[in-house]
Order: sequence, then structure tokens, then C-alpha cells
Amino acid sequence: MLVIGERINGMFRDVRRAIQRKDKEVVRDLARRQVEAGAQALDVNVGTASDEPVEAMLWLMEAIQEAVDARLCIDSAKEVVFEPALEACKGRPIINSTTGAQEKLDFFLPLAQKYDAELIALTIDEAGVPSTTEARVEIAMRILVAAMEQGLSPDALYIDPVVLPVSALQDQPACVLEAIGQFRQLASPPPHVVVGLSNISQNTTRRPLINRTMLVMAIAHGLDAAVMDPLDTELMDAMITAELLLNKHLYCDSFLEAYRK
Amino acid sequence: MPLPDVREKWSGQINTVTLGATLEQGGTRSHTVTIGGHTTLPFLDFEGLTNPPVVAMEVLDIAPQDWPELLAEHYRDVWDDPAAWARKCVEEFGADLICLHLVGASPDHGARPPEGCRDVALAVAEAVSVPLIIWGCDEEKEDNRMIPVVSHALAGENCLIGMAPQDNYKTVTVSCLADHHAVLALSQLDINIAKQVNILVADMGFPVDRIVMYPTTAGLGYGFEYAYSIHERSRLAALAGDRMMMTPILCNIGTEAWKVHEAIDSEEEHPDWGALKERGPLWEATMATALLQSGADILIMRHPKAVAAVKQHIQDLMK
Repeated sequence: MLVIGERINGMFRDVRRAIQRKDKEVVRDLARRQVEAGAQALDVNVGTASDEPVEAMLWLMEAIQEAVDARLCIDSAKEVVFEPALEACKGRPIINSTTGAQEKLDFFLPLAQKYDAELIALTIDEAGVPSTTEARVEIAMRILVAAMEQGLSPDALYIDPVVLPVSALQDQPACVLEAIGQFRQLASPPPHVVVGLSNISQNTTRRPLINRTMLVMAIAHGLDAAVMDPLDTELMDAMITAELLLNKHLYCDSFLEAYRK
Repeated sequence: MPLPDVREKWSGQINTVTLGATLEQGGTRSHTVTIGGHTTLPFLDFEGLTNPPVVAMEVLDIAPQDWPELLAEHYRDVWDDPAAWARKCVEEFGADLICLHLVGASPDHGARPPEGCRDVALAVAEAVSVPLIIWGCDEEKEDNRMIPVVSHALAGENCLIGMAPQDNYKTVTVSCLADHHAVLALSQLDINIAKQVNILVADMGFPVDRIVMYPTTAGLGYGFEYAYSIHERSRLAALAGDRMMMTPILCNIGTEAWKVHEAIDSEEEHPDWGALKERGPLWEATMATALLQSGADILIMRHPKAVAAVKQHIQDLMK
């Protein structure tokens, strides 16, 4: 399971302040703590914290790469950010994200190819976020075909079924779970499947519980990556245990500790 | 049509463990022996790195009481003198390592005190220059008194010292840490406990890449198959990336092979089993060659003919 730490995001107040005050230590500390907690990759997102998104992204990346060797997941709504960020990336980058809209695919697929990056692709198209399992799978198929035409292997793709808040759309989690299982059947090697986990619990009073229950169910359906909070120890414990129950790790009494070694 | 590429790509690698230390490294061995380092299953060199296993020969600190004549005829002349026994194994039979089994510390076998065990170990270390395995008497109380003394006397020699089982791993681990030896981690045919012992030893600050695991072995039938499958599953888990299973594996062949009726029963009892003279060594060699395929890195053996055959077989497999 690829854990992509979500904490370095301008949407969080501490990161927003750090970007504005150019306080690298806050970012370095978040990077270190997330990696120590088990993140193999770190999502980097400036959000709305700066009017200079390229400059702020490069500054964040610099701070992170001074502190840890983890892979970076370049996350931005602005296309202009990607090329300079990919240039500055030390490890194999992850692009977060394209959608299934043709215009987006035309931009991101060649970019992923050029920088040997892995690519997160949301099952969203010109019509927006689909509300059914079938529509998600259809968009995923389109993304896969476009990627293969471009020469990108399916296992360089992370299909994201788009997790929506359960508080607003209660029928959606079941569709997402079903879609995850179907994505894995679409190609051989199968594409990876990723979710932005925390969105599931927006505007609820039991966020950690909802997050970890969703994660465990998604893993059971074939999820193999998540943008999530590795600093939530119970969430990480639930993830490790789910993988253990699916026979992905060898049991021993200290299985939580063994995973973290 | 081109042939499909069936080679497996593994993400894990078995730890490289070096045993013995030369003068420059703080010991007195003439050379070191390195095991592990594999990046694929045994001998599949078209897939990745696979390094040759080694053969250790067993020396007891007392004259063995239950060794059959087929073994006795080779060792009777030296078995009252462990140093001479060890020398014979190295010089005449080509042992890569000596495994000194300090059976005599057991209350059932004379209760040799720790200082006496130490003197035997030092005499053996003096007599041969190959790296050493120090194996206790398999009695926890006596081992906990004796191992620290022997370990300290051999400090810097980088021996492999056992046993460290799940409920009694601390004394051996602390001694090996202090005196710079490798730890032999014991589990009784249980892969989950094998992993747990490695974690427990590592939790004491002991480097994982100085642990060798002994998941125990059996010489016949169901027990043999079970042991084989545990070794194989351990190796598969390690190659798939389980860091706590990346320790090389030791197999005790001699003890198990020479317990089996097929290896020791007389021709009068079983006229249809063939000549005993061949049957015994053949059983030991066959057990060893089978376990080589399961991932064995160190084989502890007894009969010189079996040792010669297995060493030749390893060479052939590595060609």
C-alpha cells in the first residue's frame, strides 16, 4: 500500500502560515514526521496560500527534499506549476492529477511520459463527477486507453474514483468501493487505485472513525494507494491490519511494529 | 513468436551476513565466510543474485553416545578431543565452518561448567582457522550461564551463536551485541514465531543483518515437507519485501538425518533397503540437497561422504 502523506497542503493553517512566512522548518518537520509515521510519498499542494503558485511549490519542495528522501506527489489545480516542479523533483514524481477530460489528458500524459512520472487520474470528465459506478469505470477505461496509446504502462497510473463526503452524498461510498474492484480488472498489469481519503468525512463529527472504516473497506476492494494522514496512528494501524487480514504480510505477534520497521 | 519473459522481479534481498573475523578485523580467522545476499530464489541465477550456501561440520565437546557406527568410524579417533575433531573436519573433510555443539554443559551429559565450555571453545578456535558456530546445550538455564562466558572468550571472532528462542533470546542477544557475534534465532517450525523472534532480537538494538534464523528441520516425511515449506515461505516473504524475514536460513541436517530409520537400521532388519554403508550418507546428502532448494544458507552436517557430495552439488548448481 502506497501511503501518500496529505499534510503538506496550503489548506492546512500551519502550512499556509509557513508558506506566507517562508518558515521552512514547519514544512521540514511535517515531512519528517509523515515519513517516520510510514508515508512513502508526500503530497505537496500550495492551495490558495500564495499568489505565486510556482514559486511557492518550488519552495515547499526544496524544504521537503532537504529533510527527507520520500517521493513527491505534485498536487496543483494550476497546470503551469507542473513542469518546473517535475524538473525540481529528485525521486520518481507522482503527478496529482489529471482527469478523464480530453484536454487534461492531452496535457498530462505527455508530461508524465517526459518525466517518467506516475500519474493520478480522477474519474471525472467534461460532464463532471459521475454519480454511478458504471460511469466511473467508463471514464477509467478511457483514461487507460489514452495512456496506453501514449505508451504509458497501466501500472504507472493511479485511478482515483473520487471520494465524496458521506455527509452530503450517502449513496456514493458504495459506488466508489464497487468501482475500485472493477478498475483492477481493466488491464494487465492492473492500474493502481488511489483515493483522497479524508474527503469522505468532511463535515462530520467522527472524522477519524469514518476515514479508517472507509480505508479498510477500500483496501478490501483492491485499493493500493491513498492520499491520507499518516500521523493518524489508528488509521495506519487499521490499514496494516487490513493488509494483514488479506494475507499481504506475514503474521507475527508484533505485526504492527514489523510493518513499521 | 517470441518466448514470454517469465523471470520474476523481486523487491527484497536476503541480508548478507559475514561470519568470522581476520586479524585486521579483530579476530584470528584466516578468512571469513559470507552467506545470503540473494535477490531471487535459490540457484535461479538467470533472475538475480544467488550465492552459494556453505557446509558447517558438527563437533561435540563430549564423545557422542548415540552416533551410529557409520559416523563413529570416522570420528572415534578424535572425539575425545574436540580440537582434533575440528581439525579433522576442516583439513580432511573440507568443512567451511565448524559448529561446536556444547552438549557437555547439559546436566544429562556431565554438566560441564561455563569455564570448561570456554576452554573447549578456545581450543577449537585455536585448532582451526575457519569461522565458528557456537551451539549451546539446548537447556535454557545452562545456556544462559555458559553462552556469555564462551561469547566473551571469543569476542571479536564474529561467531554465529545460538540459540535465541522467543522466550529466552535476551542473554544470547546481549552477549553477541557486546562481543560482536551473529545471533542464531530459533523457532520451532512456525513461520510467525520466526518473524517474531527476529523482531524481538532487533528490538534490543541488534542489527538485523547479523541474525541467521534456524526454523528447525526434520529428516523425513511430513515433518520434512513442513520444514521445507516454512523455509520456502520465509524466503518468498523476504523477497517480496518483508524486512523482518530477510535473514539467511540455517538447517541442521546431521542431527535429523541420523535419527531416521532409513539412515541407520541394519541390513538384517531391512534387506530390501540396500547397503547401509551407502544408505546413511545418501540420506544425509539427499536431505541436504533438498533443503538447498528451500533456501538453506548454512547446512550443518556429519558424514564426510555426504559433505563431499553436497559441496560438489553446490558447485555444480552454481556453474
